[in-house]
Amino acid sequence: MGIELQNISKQFTGYTALDNINLSIATGDLIALLGPSGCGKTTLLRIIAGLESADSGKIILEGKDTTNLSPREKNVGFVFQHYALFRRLNVFENVAFGLKVLERSKRPSKSEINDRVEHLLKLVQMEWAIKRYPSQLSGGQRQRVALARALAVNPKVLLLDEPFSALDAKVRQELRRWLRKLHEEIHVTSIFVTHDQEEALELADRIVVINKGRIEQQGSPQEVYDHPANAFVYNFLGNVNVFHGRIKEGMVSLGEHLVDAPDELKNVDEKPSQTFVRPHEIGISKIRSSETDVIGTIREIRLLGGQIGLNLSCEGFEHPIEAEVPRELYLNLQLSKGDKVFVSFNRVKVFSGDYEI
Amino acid sequence: MLKPETSTTTTAVKRRVSDPLWVRIVLISLTFLFFVFFIFLPLGMVFAQAFQKGWAFYLECITEPYAIKALQLTLTTVAIVVPLNALFGLSAAWAITKFNFRGKATLKTLLDLPFAVSPVIAGLIFVLLVGSRTPFGGWLGEHGIKIIFSTPGIIIATLFVTFPFIARELIPLMEAQSRDEEEAALTLGAKGWQIFSKITLPNIRWGLLYGMILCSARSIGEFGAVSVVSGHIRGQTNTVPLHVEILYSEYNFTASFAVASILVFLALLTVVGKVSLEKHFQKHSLEN
Amino acid sequence: MSIVKNKKRNILPGFGLSMGYTVFYLSAIVIVPLSMVFFNTVPMGWEPFMQAVTAPRVLAAYRLSFSTAFFASLFDAVAGLLTAWVIVRYRFPGKAILDALVDLPFALPTAVAGICFATLYSPAGWLGEISAKWNLQIINTPTGIVLALIFIGFPFVVRTLQPVLEELEVEIEESAHSLGATRWQTFRRIILPHLFPALLTGVTLAFARSIGEYGSVIFIAGNLPMKTEIAPLMIMSKLDQFDYAGASAVALVLLLISFSMLLALNAIQEWQQKAYR
Repeated sequence: MGIELQNISKQFTGYTALDNINLSIATGDLIALLGPSGCGKTTLLRIIAGLESADSGKIILEGKDTTNLSPREKNVGFVFQHYALFRRLNVFENVAFGLKVLERSKRPSKSEINDRVEHLLKLVQMEWAIKRYPSQLSGGQRQRVALARALAVNPKVLLLDEPFSALDAKVRQELRRWLRKLHEEIHVTSIFVTHDQEEALELADRIVVINKGRIEQQGSPQEVYDHPANAFVYNFLGNVNVFHGRIKEGMVSLGEHLVDAPDELKNVDEKPSQTFVRPHEIGISKIRSSETDVIGTIREIRLLGGQIGLNLSCEGFEHPIEAEVPRELYLNLQLSKGDKVFVSFNRVKVFSGDYEI
Repeated sequence: MLKPETSTTTTAVKRRVSDPLWVRIVLISLTFLFFVFFIFLPLGMVFAQAFQKGWAFYLECITEPYAIKALQLTLTTVAIVVPLNALFGLSAAWAITKFNFRGKATLKTLLDLPFAVSPVIAGLIFVLLVGSRTPFGGWLGEHGIKIIFSTPGIIIATLFVTFPFIARELIPLMEAQSRDEEEAALTLGAKGWQIFSKITLPNIRWGLLYGMILCSARSIGEFGAVSVVSGHIRGQTNTVPLHVEILYSEYNFTASFAVASILVFLALLTVVGKVSLEKHFQKHSLEN
Repeated sequence: MSIVKNKKRNILPGFGLSMGYTVFYLSAIVIVPLSMVFFNTVPMGWEPFMQAVTAPRVLAAYRLSFSTAFFASLFDAVAGLLTAWVIVRYRFPGKAILDALVDLPFALPTAVAGICFATLYSPAGWLGEISAKWNLQIINTPTGIVLALIFIGFPFVVRTLQPVLEELEVEIEESAHSLGATRWQTFRRIILPHLFPALLTGVTLAFARSIGEYGSVIFIAGNLPMKTEIAPLMIMSKLDQFDYAGASAVALVLLLISFSMLLALNAIQEWQQKAYR
């Protein structure tokens, strides 16, 4: 096991930041801690690094209990949201810092340090900036230097705290792909914190979804996306239409319509329900294809890159419904505002009981 | 006070709703008039008086043994007071800005306390604490240690008066810089001393220097507090401002102003140093 | 399941050392010495204490210190506002020099300021000669004290007003202007209320400093009993007579006043932050 967390709890004055977290991470994995802001994910990351102390619980890194070690002794690499480069040191000195502060007996020779820094800067494609100061670099460049700096000490684990959130959209995209590639090259156990589900889905080997200090679900991006464990996870992973209704006698109300309840909910007593349908799991057609189709009117058409977003008001539904259709379909059907269409729900997910976000 | 991370001071005057020309002329003239009466005339007079009897006499006044002795005492005081208060300022700023603890606000208020105390009271409290008529002072006296009416008294009183200067510059500066860099250094394996000397200190060096300049200026010029504890023994416990006072009260005006002119020169130097540091600081915070 | 309680600890190193040293130094240099004023006053008992602080000469000194500090800081309010306005808003030759010299009263030893003003306004001095022609006595009068205190307090007002004036948004003025307000109306109704908390802070600072001021005042004041003796001088003269208890009593009253001014200042600043954030 690369990282093992046992019963981690953390209380801040007035609220619980982390509530009995248990988590195992395999060596070499790239993990995303995903959750809304304030859910405790950054606190968890800082506890792993030792920058925050847990009220209770154990942190085991590569088989060694590091719960009470100072961050200095933990040998973790930490990448900060706002880079935290040493502003009075140039890029070389920043990356070399972790090596130069080693005790004399462990410190590499000058030429070894030089070689290592050059190698790392090549790895992050920043070798051209070796003499620059942080203030002379862009945000994306700073974050790459920060990564090289964290890697310089050969950390057992690499922790990244919302590493791309301070960057603009295009740079963020680029760095994401580049980080994925880098991870394949160096294979150090890594955890990154993010509130961006796209980032988590694209980058991570495994995703850990956190809400209100608890782990809601963990698994591969595929598992988490396709089989969300609960309403929160479903809602958090991408846009979704939510219909509040009731489960009764094996049927679920969907607006004024009724659909079959999923097997596991067939026999429950009457209960409130939430039904989720993702916009791209809604079918649009000009001809009725099934009994269950709903009639809707297009209120608004939006361009979403490759997809077209439709805002529909449907018969029997109080609130408008969001749908996404491929561009070709949109062109073929020659959809325009005010058109009447047949709407089908290709995939619905029903959760019983109340939940709140 | 150095303003952390802002850069608005003395930016080029943007096009604003402008006042009529006559208003501007009147207001600027009034300001100059005020400065003439309260700054330029007093300053000019120092030099006029100092050089009233010519260069030779001026030089004689500032090089006579008592003046030299006074200067030595003043410089000794500065050399002891500034490093001690700098050390304290760094320590207080580290504790206050890098950690969360109860009573932080109270501690910050207590740091400012000496600002609210009259210089004379600043002297008085040390007479009350270690003067020869107090139990503690008497005990010290029996062991041959004299504080009041001697150099240590002058140093302690000056320490009190200049106590907040450096801490007050450093705390807002370090508050604005967050703990990220120190935490990064820590995860990279740096020890406390390495973090402080390699990361924190370089980040606050200009603020520190600024505070030290203010602290020196006040240490050189402190009069009320030092006057209480010094005993005015010529050649022994006379600082430069006290020497100026003695010469003045002996109606030796030219000599008094000659010695005072050194202090004026130092004050002008302080002002220039302050302005150039502020300029430098703004340029730097713009880069970040 | 066993819950292991972990010890709380600070992450960055050096808390014990820095906090310990800070508290030690603060106590040794400030708290313990200051408490001596209190400990020297208490054994006096109430009657002698009241006698000491309400002696006619002492009362006259308090009255003088307050009234001169009041008038001086009032003058500073006007002169400081004027200077800050001119420096922030206008361009003119010599502006940088004026801006720098605002700090001179901070940097100039008070004794030097004292002898400067005393000589300047002495009957033979540059301005004393002129005032003598008008039959106006300045040296050895409260007027002289006020002049010295104006000098001392002036930078406090300018330096607290300057940043507020710089951050005052142009749009506010422009919109007032576009709504048909005259320049003077804009100033009275918009700018002045906005500056008021900072102005009050600056004036309070100047006032607090003026009450305790010693070096710049004693030379021009002449120190005539009942007429031009300031409160700090009373402490000084009691000390000269080795009347430690009396000196502490007078000091205690002065300290209490200064500290309440400090508290008032904090209150003003809180109010300022609430009103404009």
